[in-house]
Amino acid sequence: MTYKSALKILLVAAATLGWLTGLARADTIEDIKKKGTLVVGVKADYPPYGMRDPSGEIVGMEVDMAKDVAQRLGVKLQLEPVVASNRMQFLQQGKTDLMIATMSVNDERKKAVGIVEPYYYAGGVALLAAKSAKIKTGADLKGKPVCAIQGAFYNNEISSKMTGQDLIAFKGVPENEQALQNGQCVGFAYDDVLLIYTKKANADKWKDFEVVQLDIAPLPWGIAVKSEDKDTPWGKFMSDIVTDWHKKGTLVALEKKWLGENTQWLIDANAKAK
Amino acid sequence: MESLAEWLRSLYTDYGINLVQFYDEFERARLLRGMWITIKLSVVSIAASIVIGIIGAWLQTSNYRVLRSVTQGYIQFFRNTPPLVQMYFFYFALSPLLPRVATDYGTQQPLLSSFAWAAISLSFFAGAFNVEIFRSGIEAVPRTMTEAASALGYTQMQVYRYVVFPLALRIVIPALTNNVVNLLKTTTLAYAIAVPETLFMASQIWSDRVNVLEMMITLFVFYIGLVGLLVWAMDRWEKSLRIPGYGQ
Repeated sequence: MTYKSALKILLVAAATLGWLTGLARADTIEDIKKKGTLVVGVKADYPPYGMRDPSGEIVGMEVDMAKDVAQRLGVKLQLEPVVASNRMQFLQQGKTDLMIATMSVNDERKKAVGIVEPYYYAGGVALLAAKSAKIKTGADLKGKPVCAIQGAFYNNEISSKMTGQDLIAFKGVPENEQALQNGQCVGFAYDDVLLIYTKKANADKWKDFEVVQLDIAPLPWGIAVKSEDKDTPWGKFMSDIVTDWHKKGTLVALEKKWLGENTQWLIDANAKAK
Repeated sequence: MESLAEWLRSLYTDYGINLVQFYDEFERARLLRGMWITIKLSVVSIAASIVIGIIGAWLQTSNYRVLRSVTQGYIQFFRNTPPLVQMYFFYFALSPLLPRVATDYGTQQPLLSSFAWAAISLSFFAGAFNVEIFRSGIEAVPRTMTEAASALGYTQMQVYRYVVFPLALRIVIPALTNNVVNLLKTTTLAYAIAVPETLFMASQIWSDRVNVLEMMITLFVFYIGLVGLLVWAMDRWEKSLRIPGYGQ
């Protein structure tokens, strides 16, 4: 358990440092305008949210969101590729002004950075299922073998509430795809968007399979600012933008553009905002 | 029972020691299921590997060259490839080539389950070693013994069954114990092809409950206990087979 306390100390240290620098520059939004550039931490390896196009440029749904923020501020946009293990540190150290990096929200993260509400997106869980098995909902999975990734947060729910038996869990995506192709399971449970994307990218390979949404509470994703910025004009500015995106259907349109279809959570959020 | 659960729960709230796998019914049930699969897998592959060892060693003494080279080929193939690679190969590469059977929910399933492939692969892997172990025992039986048996009118089969094998078995038990202990520990590799054995279940529990350290210790204790039991049984067997004045 020592690594946890070490992490805690690090986070506290990072937060303190962030707080000190925050005191020095009380108004981030003015600083960004003065600087003339907005630095946004985005993913570069997570299609279709942030990925590199053939020319090496970072593109994607979250990149388009970052562009919109920069435009509203009237400043230039600078993208900083981040990964899960450094995205919060970059933000707290001031390397980035804003983070839009497929980050799902949990309590520990809420303590570490300032997560902007409302949440802009949510990752649901779906099943890439053999069409012949005629699976419509999770209830149809009773007693059937289902493939999954070892350690995914939804495994427990699928096995205890849907299949009623142990899952066939492999370490990586390729093993799961192979096992599914071999007929060792009726479906592969995974992040819905990535399954939709997989099926699109290899339409021929997956022509006998369909993506079925599973009824598991999606984990919301949040945009983040520095933790001390959450209640400053900068945090409020971002919060208003996300509300506006939901209201105007910007996110729905962007998802349609990048993914080709819309996920249920976003449609619902859009309807609620209107 | 209830007070034990209460005490374990207090360990978590007071000291942060999370032994949820012993008091939460769901977690306990799946851990026990995993242990049962480990035991089943071990028993099946130990038994099969010993049978393979005996048959293989006998085939090696055969007068037919073809039989001898087939046995030799088998040993080279299974002894010289890693068991994890064998399992992946069987499960992902070989399994799709076999005929599929229709399930009652409309899909086509492979003939053999991951458990079956793990058992096959482990049996053949350990069996290859067992052939060599039994051969060493057979070769250690003095030639004069077989000659004496032949002189008494025993056929080749009878010499093997009544003279060579009983003596060889007593010689090889220590080496055999080593190999079956190894085999029992190797069953954890079945995790890779999603056989829901102990390690598989433990990893499911620790990813849901984030009690990695506690689960690691549980695993450790379980395997020490199980291997201890196996070694104890093999020792008992060795002692019960002892012929006064022979060997030691």
